[in-house]
Amino acid sequence: MTVAPILEIRKLTKRFGGVTAVDGVDFTLADGELRCLIGPNGAGKSTFFNCLSGQLAPTSGAVHLDGHDISGWPSHAIARLGVGIKTQVPSVFDGLEVRENVWLAARRRYNAREAKERCDELLTRLNIQSLAAHMVGELAHGQRQLVEIGMVIASDPRLILLDEPAAGMSRDEVARLAALISEIARERSLIVVDHDMRFIRMIAETVTVFHQGRVLIEGEVDKVLADAMVKDVYLGKQVV
Amino acid sequence: MLEVRDLKANYGQIPILDGISMTIAEGNTVGVLGHNGMGKTTLLKTIMGLVRATAGHVRYLGQDITDKPVHERNQMGIGYVPQGRAIFPSLSVRDNLRMGCAVAPVEEKAALEQALATFPRLAPLYDRLGGTLSGGEQQLLALARCLCGMPKLILLDEPTEGVQPSIIEELIEIMRNLKQSRALTVILVEQNLDFIAALSNEVHVIQKGRLVRQVEPAHLSDPAMVDEFIGTFV
Amino acid sequence: MRARRWRLIGFLALLLGGVAFAFGFPAFASLHATIQLTNALALALFALSLALVWGFGGILCFGQAAFFGLGAYAYAIAAINFGDTTFAWPTAILVPAAFAAALGYFMFYGRLSDVYLGVVTLTVTLILFQLFNSTAGPEYRIGDARLGGFNGIPSTPPLNVPFDGRAYLSPESIFVIAVLVLLAALFGCLWLLRTRFGRVLVSIRENPLRAELLGYDVRVHKLAAFTIGGGMAGLAGLLFAQNVLVNPALFSLLYTAQVIIWVIVGGLGTLVGPILGSIGLQYVMAWLGTLGWINPNLALGVILVAFVLFVPRGLWPLLVKVVTHGRRLVRGNGTS
Repeated sequence: MTVAPILEIRKLTKRFGGVTAVDGVDFTLADGELRCLIGPNGAGKSTFFNCLSGQLAPTSGAVHLDGHDISGWPSHAIARLGVGIKTQVPSVFDGLEVRENVWLAARRRYNAREAKERCDELLTRLNIQSLAAHMVGELAHGQRQLVEIGMVIASDPRLILLDEPAAGMSRDEVARLAALISEIARERSLIVVDHDMRFIRMIAETVTVFHQGRVLIEGEVDKVLADAMVKDVYLGKQVV
Repeated sequence: MLEVRDLKANYGQIPILDGISMTIAEGNTVGVLGHNGMGKTTLLKTIMGLVRATAGHVRYLGQDITDKPVHERNQMGIGYVPQGRAIFPSLSVRDNLRMGCAVAPVEEKAALEQALATFPRLAPLYDRLGGTLSGGEQQLLALARCLCGMPKLILLDEPTEGVQPSIIEELIEIMRNLKQSRALTVILVEQNLDFIAALSNEVHVIQKGRLVRQVEPAHLSDPAMVDEFIGTFV
Repeated sequence: MRARRWRLIGFLALLLGGVAFAFGFPAFASLHATIQLTNALALALFALSLALVWGFGGILCFGQAAFFGLGAYAYAIAAINFGDTTFAWPTAILVPAAFAAALGYFMFYGRLSDVYLGVVTLTVTLILFQLFNSTAGPEYRIGDARLGGFNGIPSTPPLNVPFDGRAYLSPESIFVIAVLVLLAALFGCLWLLRTRFGRVLVSIRENPLRAELLGYDVRVHKLAAFTIGGGMAGLAGLLFAQNVLVNPALFSLLYTAQVIIWVIVGGLGTLVGPILGSIGLQYVMAWLGTLGWINPNLALGVILVAFVLFVPRGLWPLLVKVVTHGRRLVRGNGTS
């Protein structure tokens, strides 16, 4: 990679009491890259994400985003630098309309009129215009996922973190989501965590595998998914 | 074992279920497939009594349970594992499982031992708090907790969501064994076609609150068949 | 678009109705009734302040009476010292607002969880109660104003014509001012909730984590809402103080509990509801008091329990539901 990195992480460690969830991880993401993160349950992927988004403060190590050392920053400040995150369990405004949810996300960065345009555009792009006036709390799980993805990209972040975006989506919804993500990835940097290998195959070029809080292997998607160790700790006998 | 007749339910003013009928024989697993927002989760919730049926009947073991409260259905042997797990985050794995034993017809100790034998992955996590488990581990815990109550019928809402591929394989094994050893009856709402194909005796496709067609489980593991028969539904 | 038109009609009706009521009521009602209603309006403004802080900011404040009482004391002390109530107005708003800002800074920047927030605000109120109770001696004075301990400041000056300390306003004029202040506060809140700040505030109530991940500073927004609510409660204290008197009972559990009940009964998450709930319950309580055979406070408790059980969303949402349902019935089913 000759492109300058947008994200550079050195020796990131996060401990909870006696449990070390993330254990000295080095990780570099080039500007404009899409990286998939896979690994067994409990490997530390979500903790890693939470350290990047500021929901957790790392125990040690450094997180450099665009030249700023953001370790220990509050979430809202990191978000303002241009980081958008979709959490594993959808985190949306259940008591507000879909439209309002996306508008609020866009409004942080844009003025009222622009935010409205951005919101309309996104709802169309996500194919959820018909749900605009529904309360998000009334929607099915996969639809809430889409709303949350809309909120994440509404303020045009430079780095997007998606934690299990395909969870709870049906086959062709996953395909549509993959197309959307590939499109987003043309302009932005992304890290995507998911367990759906069909989905990972649709979007990924490079994959990083976490195992027990460390990076097990990193590389091209075909090589990684064919790796014996990865099959052993993660994929099982499944053909992917 | 379970008979659902013309079941209808609304969410607020919006109709979600529009006349669902299905019967399930003891020991069978019925899969339900469909897009988001078609009523899969609501169907399970209505059978469990979490959503009130506006019309139709639910009969279980010959008894009409349409108007019975949730806890009574639970005591009658219906277990429910909702989407998103709903474990108790500030209780340990052990205490989570003990909560599941509340309606068990057997000794708590025996039920716990059985749960750990069925889900050996939970054993090393026994004293950790539920909230500190990873997503996939929480999913296993939720299923194990439900089984602690020794249900006869369980309703599973996307049990593979957020679970790593190799554990999904284990889960298939576990469910197969349970079907044999306990004659467990299952309604399975799922997006993972391999999983649903491996376990179901029959699979229904739900669309706009109706069961619109039935699919051979075997067809689901063949991509060409999927595209041909149910491409537009899943 | 139709919803917008209805909202506009609603606003205009409220505004015109309010103004007409302000000038019309004193002409027909007795002086006693006018003064009583001024009092009720002051407490309605108090309820409105909590409706904003709790219902929209999601801040469960058990100590809203602290700001109400501080506003009342600040007014009385300023009015006595200045010999004119003109500058007592900003004093009565700014003192409690500053106190709310300071208290809120420690609570929100210290990331207190909701339960502790409730405990801290309640405790602060009770500390103030004790504090003002123990100011009986003549040494406790601020300028010309003696704090007076348990008895408080019995002869608070009524409002006067601006910059003329001797020209007291008539009870009728004060009533008009009270209505206009309440209306202005209500419209101010409605406007605030339509701004970006207000919408972010509501989103924080819905899901603080998501608001933060979108880049909004939750602490600043909550602090601002809490401070505004403190200032409004202080203004309510002013209206109350100039009409009645000032004593430590303003900080008592009675006031701080009552206002919570008014908001719940009127409808948490609405603005008009708590105003109606407050005025309505005050009249019900007064009426029950005249009966003599029932303890009004006990009755208030029963009313609260009944509402929580049977009308959990409160009076105003119920009214709205009945009206829209009725309109649909009149028009023929299911047109809208």
